[in-house]
Amino acid sequence: MTSHTEAVEQVCATVQTAYERGTPLEIVGSGSRRHWGREPIGEPLVLASYRGIVAYEPSEYVITVRAGTPIADIEAAVAAHGQTLAAELPRGAGPSTIGGAVALGLTGPSRPYAGSLRDAILGARIVTGTGQLLRFGGQVLKNVAGFDVSRLMVGAYGTLGVLMEVSLRLHPQPEESAVCVLACDWATARSRLLGWTGRLPLTGACYYEGRLHVRLGGRAAAIGRAVQEIGGETGSADTFFALRDLRLDALGVPPAALWRLLVPPAAPLDPPASVVDWGGAQRFWATQEPAGVVHALAARLGGQAVRLAGADRQEDVWAAPAPATMALYGRVKAVLDPRHILNRGRLSARW
Amino acid sequence: MQYTPMKDSPASPTPPAAFWRELRKALPADGLLVKPGDLGAYECDGLTVYKARPLAVALPRTREQVGAVLRICNRHAVPVVARGGGTSLSGGALPRTDGIVLSLARLNRILAIDPENQTARLEPGVRNLAVSEAAAAYGLFYAPDPSSQIACTIGGNIAENAGGVHCLKYGLTVHNVLAVKMFTSDGVLHELGGPTAEGPLDLLALVVGSEGLLGVVVEATVQLKPKPQAVVALLAAFRSLEQAAGAVSAVIAAGIVPAGLELMDRLAIQAAGAYTGQHYPPGTEAVVLAEVDGDDGTCALEYAHLRAILKAQKAFALDEARTSEERRLLWAGRKSAFPAVGRLAPDYYCMDGTIPRRALVEVLAQIAVLSAQYGLPVANVFHAGDGNLHPLILYDARRPGELARVEQLGGDILKLCLAHGGTISGEHGVGVEKLDGMCAQFTPAELVAFHALKAAFDPYELLNRGKAIPTPARCVEPGGMHVHGGRVPFGHLERY
Repeated sequence: MTSHTEAVEQVCATVQTAYERGTPLEIVGSGSRRHWGREPIGEPLVLASYRGIVAYEPSEYVITVRAGTPIADIEAAVAAHGQTLAAELPRGAGPSTIGGAVALGLTGPSRPYAGSLRDAILGARIVTGTGQLLRFGGQVLKNVAGFDVSRLMVGAYGTLGVLMEVSLRLHPQPEESAVCVLACDWATARSRLLGWTGRLPLTGACYYEGRLHVRLGGRAAAIGRAVQEIGGETGSADTFFALRDLRLDALGVPPAALWRLLVPPAAPLDPPASVVDWGGAQRFWATQEPAGVVHALAARLGGQAVRLAGADRQEDVWAAPAPATMALYGRVKAVLDPRHILNRGRLSARW
Repeated sequence: MQYTPMKDSPASPTPPAAFWRELRKALPADGLLVKPGDLGAYECDGLTVYKARPLAVALPRTREQVGAVLRICNRHAVPVVARGGGTSLSGGALPRTDGIVLSLARLNRILAIDPENQTARLEPGVRNLAVSEAAAAYGLFYAPDPSSQIACTIGGNIAENAGGVHCLKYGLTVHNVLAVKMFTSDGVLHELGGPTAEGPLDLLALVVGSEGLLGVVVEATVQLKPKPQAVVALLAAFRSLEQAAGAVSAVIAAGIVPAGLELMDRLAIQAAGAYTGQHYPPGTEAVVLAEVDGDDGTCALEYAHLRAILKAQKAFALDEARTSEERRLLWAGRKSAFPAVGRLAPDYYCMDGTIPRRALVEVLAQIAVLSAQYGLPVANVFHAGDGNLHPLILYDARRPGELARVEQLGGDILKLCLAHGGTISGEHGVGVEKLDGMCAQFTPAELVAFHALKAAFDPYELLNRGKAIPTPARCVEPGGMHVHGGRVPFGHLERY
C-alpha cells in the first residue's frame, strides 16, 4: 500500500517539477500504442508499474483499478466472477494498459450495443499538469455532483491529466456467443441490421469485403434462436477480436494512414471504407489522401474523421473545429495543464 | 489554477436603461416579462422552498434571439438563469434577484426524427415525453424518463443529466445525447459531440450535468432506441424493508439488468395507496417493483430468473403485469409517490444520495435511526437498482426552526451516503441546496478546478451564478459537512 502511495506522490512531484521548468512529459503505460496519434515528445513518465486492483466488489459490478494495470489482467480478474468490462477495449501488441485505453478513448465492436468506454467510466483520480492529485466522480452508477471531469479524460490522449485510477462499470459475461457471416451488399446488410437491432442480442456487427459479420451474445437459448433467424455461415470470434485491436488484415497496411470516420450509420458507403463497424457508425479507412480531403469527406457524410496512425506524425488527430470552439478547448486544456506539460502535441499541434 | 475564488456570489449592480432597450429590441413583442404579476410563475422551480423574483424573464423564439440575449447580458454583466420546464428539484432554475431568467420554453420544435439513424434533433424546450411520443410512430423511444417527463424539457435534462426509472439499463442523459449546439455566456455558438458523441476533447460530457453553469443548449441530437418487443413488470411485497433491500442487492448480484428496479417503503406505499386507490397486500412493509424487457425469449428467461430470486428473498406476494394497461396500473403507485407523499405533511424535502447497492440494507436502517432521532418521518421511494436513494423528509415549514432541522437531517443522510462510498446527488443536481454537501464530497483543490472550468466557459460567472459549485471560502471546514443551525443556504432569499 505504502509503495502505491509513494508512487502517486512521486508522480505528483515529477509533474510539479516539470511544470516549474516548463518541460514536457510523455505519459507511458506499456508503450504498446506509442505509434498512435502525433509524435510523442518529452521525458517518459512511466506508469506501467502503478498497477493492480484498488477495489472490486463483484456483487456491485464496479471495479477500480490503477492506470498501469493491463486490460487483460482486469478482464481475467472479473471473468473469474462471470463478469466483463462493460465496454470492449482495444489493445495493442503487448500488455496494453487501462490508462492507455482511457487516453485513446476507443471502444471495440460492442459499442452500439453495450456502450462506449466513456459510458462505462464512473470516476477517476488524476494528477493535473501542475502536479495536483484530484478525484472526480465515484464508484456509484449515478453521480451528478460536480462537473464530469472523469469522462473528459476519455480520448484526450493524456493531455488533460495523468490518469492514476479509474472506476469502471462491469457487465455479466454472456452465457454464450456466436458469429454469423452473410454475403450481401452494404444496403442489404444495413437494412437487415436495422431489423435485428433491439430484437436480437447483438454484440457486434461489421462489414467488409462484401460480407456482414454479426456477433451475438447472451442467454444460450436466445443465441440459438438468433443464429437460426440470421442464418448464413458460422463465423469466428477472432474476427471481432482482430477488429477490436485494429489488426484485421482488411484494415489495410502502411504507408496508408488509418482513419476512423464517425458518421450517421445510414450514411452512404462513400468513400469505400476498408471496414464498416458499429453497424455503420464507424468506418475505418486506410488511405494516403491528405487529411483535408478525409475531413471534407467525413463532413459531407454528416460526421467527423479521426486520424489514428500514419507515417506523417505531424497531422492533428481531429480536424480543427471553429476558431471560437478551438479557443474553448484551449481554455479547458489550460485549466488542467496550464503549461502544456502533459503529452504535449500528442493530440493537437496547438498543445 | 488561475481562478481567484469570489466571495459568495455578490449581487450585480442594477442594469442601465440601455440594457433594457437592447433586450426589448432583441426579443419579440411578447418576449419580455417585467411586470411583477408576470414574474410570479418564474420565482421558483420544483424546489419551492427557495424563491426569488428576477428582474425580467426573456422568452426568445429562436436560437438567434437566445444568442442576442446572452450577448446583451454579457455586455452589461447581468446574470442569467436558463430555464426549461422549471421542474428542477435542486433549484437549478431558481432566479437571481439581480438577473434575468432566460426561458427556452418557446424553442420547442422537434426538428427531425431520423428513424434510419435512430436519432432525434430537438430544440431545448421540447418536453421529454414528447420525444418518445413522436418517436413511437417508428417503433423507437427516448430512454431517459425522469418522473417529471410530462413537463421537463430536453434542455433541462441535459443541464441536470436527468435519469429516471429506466436508466439502470438504458443509461442517463449523458449516455443518450450525441451532440449539442450551445451558446457560451458570450453569445458564441459551439458545436460539441457528433454522430458517436465524440470530439477532440469530450466537452459534451462536461456540459451534460453542468447545471446550466457552462452554456445554454439550443439544439440537441439524441439517440433513440428500438422499443423492446416484450416487457413484463413485477411487484414483490415484503414483510420488512430489510428483506426488500436485500432482494434488490441479490437481483443485481445475480447479473440481471432489469429495465427498472424500484423500492417503496411502508410510508410511501400507504401514501401511494391512498392517492391512487392501489391495494397492496396486508402486512406489506416494503415493495420492490421490477421490469424486464427485451426480445420475447430473453425477456421470458430474465423474468423467470428475477421471479425466482425475489421468491428466494422471501417476497410473500408477487403480482405481474404484462399488458401495457396492467403495467400502467402497477407503476401508478410509484409514479405518483412524490405527490402522494406530499399529502402526508405540509412539506417534504427530497434527498438524492446514491450508494453502492450492497450497502442498501445498512443505509436504510441508519436512515430510520436518524429519522427517529430527529423526530421527522422519512418516506423512502427510490431507484434501488442503481442505488439512488430518495428519502423524503416530511415536515411543516410553518413550525419555527423545523426547516433548519430538516436540512440538518438531510446533511446527516448525505454524510451517511458519502461514508458508504456514495455521492450527495445521483440525478437531481446540487443546485442551491446541496452546496454544503459538495464541501464534504470534494477537496478545496477539486472545487477550485470546477470553478476554473466554469471560468473557461463563462469567465464573468453570468450563467447560474452561485449554484452547483460552492466557493472554497464557503467550505469553512474542509472535508466536513458545513450546516450550522440557523445558517441556511441563501439566507438572503425569501422563504415561504
